[in-house]
Amino acid sequence: MNFTQMIIPLNITKTISDWIYSIMPETAASYTIMVIIAVAYLALFAVAGLYLVLLERKVAAWFQLRIGPNRVGPWGLLQTMADALKLVSKELTSTIKIDKFLYNLAPYFVIVSALMAMAVFPFSKQFQAFDINIGVFFLIAISSIGVIGILLAGWSSNNKYALIGAMRSGLQTISYELSVGLSILTMVLLTGTLQLSEIIEAQRTGGWLILQGHIPSIIAFMIFMIAGTAETNRAPFDLVEAESELGAGFHTEYSGMKFAYFFLAEFINMFIISSIAVVLFFGGWLSPFGITENIAWFPQVFWFIIKVLGLIFLMMWFRWTFPRLRVDQLLTLEWKYLLPLNLMNIVLMAIVIWLNWTI
Amino acid sequence: MSYFSDIYKGIKTLLTGMSVTGGYFIRARKGAITQQYPDNRETLKMFDRFRGEVVMPHNADNRHYCTGCQSCEIACPNGSIEIIWDRAVDPETGKKKKKIDKHIYHLSMCTMCGLCIEACPTDAIVWAPNFENSVYDRSKLTKILNQPGSSVLDGIED
Amino acid sequence: MTDQQAQNKIKTEEYFINMGPQHPAAHGVLRLILTIDGEIIKNVEPDLGYIHRSIEKMCERDSYQQIVHLTDRMDYLSSHINNEAVCLTVEKGLEIEVSDRVKVIRTIIDELTRIASHCLWWGVMGMDLGALTTYFYAFRDREMINDIFEETCGARLTMNYNVPGGLMFDIHPNFVKRTKDFITHFKTKIPEYDRLLTGNVIFQKRTKGVGILTKEDAISFGVSGPTARGSGFSSDVRKHHPYSAYDRVNFKEILFTEGDTFARYQVRMMELWESVSIIEQLIDNIPEGETKAATKAVIKLPKGEFYQRVETARGELGVYINSTGNKNPYRVKFRSPGFSNLSVLNHISKDVLIGDLVATMASFDFVIPDIDR
Repeated sequence: MNFTQMIIPLNITKTISDWIYSIMPETAASYTIMVIIAVAYLALFAVAGLYLVLLERKVAAWFQLRIGPNRVGPWGLLQTMADALKLVSKELTSTIKIDKFLYNLAPYFVIVSALMAMAVFPFSKQFQAFDINIGVFFLIAISSIGVIGILLAGWSSNNKYALIGAMRSGLQTISYELSVGLSILTMVLLTGTLQLSEIIEAQRTGGWLILQGHIPSIIAFMIFMIAGTAETNRAPFDLVEAESELGAGFHTEYSGMKFAYFFLAEFINMFIISSIAVVLFFGGWLSPFGITENIAWFPQVFWFIIKVLGLIFLMMWFRWTFPRLRVDQLLTLEWKYLLPLNLMNIVLMAIVIWLNWTI
Repeated sequence: MSYFSDIYKGIKTLLTGMSVTGGYFIRARKGAITQQYPDNRETLKMFDRFRGEVVMPHNADNRHYCTGCQSCEIACPNGSIEIIWDRAVDPETGKKKKKIDKHIYHLSMCTMCGLCIEACPTDAIVWAPNFENSVYDRSKLTKILNQPGSSVLDGIED
Repeated sequence: MTDQQAQNKIKTEEYFINMGPQHPAAHGVLRLILTIDGEIIKNVEPDLGYIHRSIEKMCERDSYQQIVHLTDRMDYLSSHINNEAVCLTVEKGLEIEVSDRVKVIRTIIDELTRIASHCLWWGVMGMDLGALTTYFYAFRDREMINDIFEETCGARLTMNYNVPGGLMFDIHPNFVKRTKDFITHFKTKIPEYDRLLTGNVIFQKRTKGVGILTKEDAISFGVSGPTARGSGFSSDVRKHHPYSAYDRVNFKEILFTEGDTFARYQVRMMELWESVSIIEQLIDNIPEGETKAATKAVIKLPKGEFYQRVETARGELGVYINSTGNKNPYRVKFRSPGFSNLSVLNHISKDVLIGDLVATMASFDFVIPDIDR
């Protein structure tokens, strides 16, 4: 992996990178840039995560005939900022019989793996931190690291609720990882590449992949959304923290900022799942019907964010409508329904491509 | 084939559920059922039978209707009402008559059952639609219902 | 190595988990001590006493009028029905006949209470299973009932509207109109409840075949109310021993024979329709008459024992009063439905998953102050 190949986001950053290269030796400059990008991404997505929390609360309120947060700032826009400030300033409490090292490590595992996945997304043609040719593979690999953090949290808390929650998380992620992987693989059959920027380029001429692959693509999309929701441990698959069964699940013993990391990671993971779906099915930053392709000043990021928010809304809709599955039904759904369907779907997609039935 | 029809039916029921919540989401603007409580304090009106706290109405001359018969004190199931009374000589008739010194009401012990108000023969105590009863000091919840210097209205007999 | 040897070598341990008294799934302060093997429940031991207020002992101290308001605090979701039970017992002892108007008004408010209670149960059932939105839809409709109560009785939950011999005061002039408005509104909402939750495939999978209570068990454990009727045990006191105005209305006793969580759920959902129908039959012709029969200021029941049972939203509530002829009862005993229903929980929750126990508990509709008193 050659870091100098990194595409620096937006044009103003180009001058910054030129300036850094001019005052430093090349190696030092590339490391400095890496650090700057990392800090920028961290700040950007921490704030984005906070606003997703606000969005979730607002959307939930509207589903539930409520108004939602509306006291802190105009329309409650500063509510989650205030919450985060509160969590930062809170005392970090813990019990005596915890495994201190693992207990403290777990939240960082979860949040870091979530943030790492953000690096490879092409938010627009220029706005991509790290364009590697195995992008999709990297995403799948990174997104399954997060579960180790959850397992660590449950194990090291020395709490029975947390342990049950963590074990559920383990079996859930291991099962649904298959469906996520296979449904992505179905789409990769269509594009023939794992590099995210090239996947998007493939959709510029032929239309979005969900249209190109028609029936198998739509099935793959549905499976991906179901499995993705399970992957992020959100309702109706929130067995990990199932509040009516386990109290708070794996983060029962966490408080303050460490709890906030888990909370934030859930929302960033939601963003990641939606982003993968947008890139693979809905043409990433490409505008619908190419309406803004020729407008030079129009930020391509806009379309990416709009599509992602649409899918996030869909996931929120799931959460505020459906009851939770039981743990054995969770596995039945994966192994008896999603996985066979997925395998059939891959074959179907292969036939579609072989016979050139793609649009 | 029941495998596939199960999937179809399952997805259909899920979509039906989503259509219900989705319908409310679209109508969210006018659908809110919650009250913005401290903001709507001015417009918030309780029903006229609302049981907030027991009060003793006084007229403009600082007179009330309580004869000190203690019916409310007896009716109260948990001792929320205490009446300190005395006998005083009525200047007109010259007879000794019961009169209240203090009508003490412990709001902190009251269960709002309404038995005292039903028991009162002269309607000297009534419900007030006041629900903001929280205070910092518990002793503030012990209230003396008759105002200082007040006396019973002439001609009220139990 | 055979399977048997492998099993002997791997030692698994059962462990204990407290569900409650501060657990989100426990409604109120019920503490269940679960013995768990992995996620499979081996034993459920309810531990009571966290909200014991000795209501029965307090009743021995109070006069008969004062007892009534204590029963508000037992099963607070059917407080009017509890009050009525005590009043009926005292009226039985005094041998006074209340007017038709009182009977009809009591019945209407009983059924409104039942709807309010079932609404809350429906919301909480959804919430226990993870569908959080049901709670708010149920509360929207329940709020209208509470407004009706507040306008007429002055209180939303602990109404204390009954007194021995009738009602404390007459209904509010708006009562009939508001009730009719509510009925028209509510009839459009029950199908919505069904679309949102009943039909949902996840909900059906979670509830069908879970926590099966057979008819024999229901009878031998003394289970009553919708819980028993979900097992096919015809136990509706309103039908078998009519009180108030229940003998003059037509309604079905809902019976399901499956005995699982879904059957109990359906019983309650169908009871909503029955309650609506009962109110519709009565609301248009509330007879004129006095609202309170003349009673002495100090009620003294004759020497003897008096028992009356009513059907609350949860099952059969029995009130037993033993009088020695004084102004206070010698002994009062409430046979509360929740306590008997809870006793069967361990029996039907063996070898199920934690999620199943939550679903079963939700379908039993426990109100903890009713169990503990």
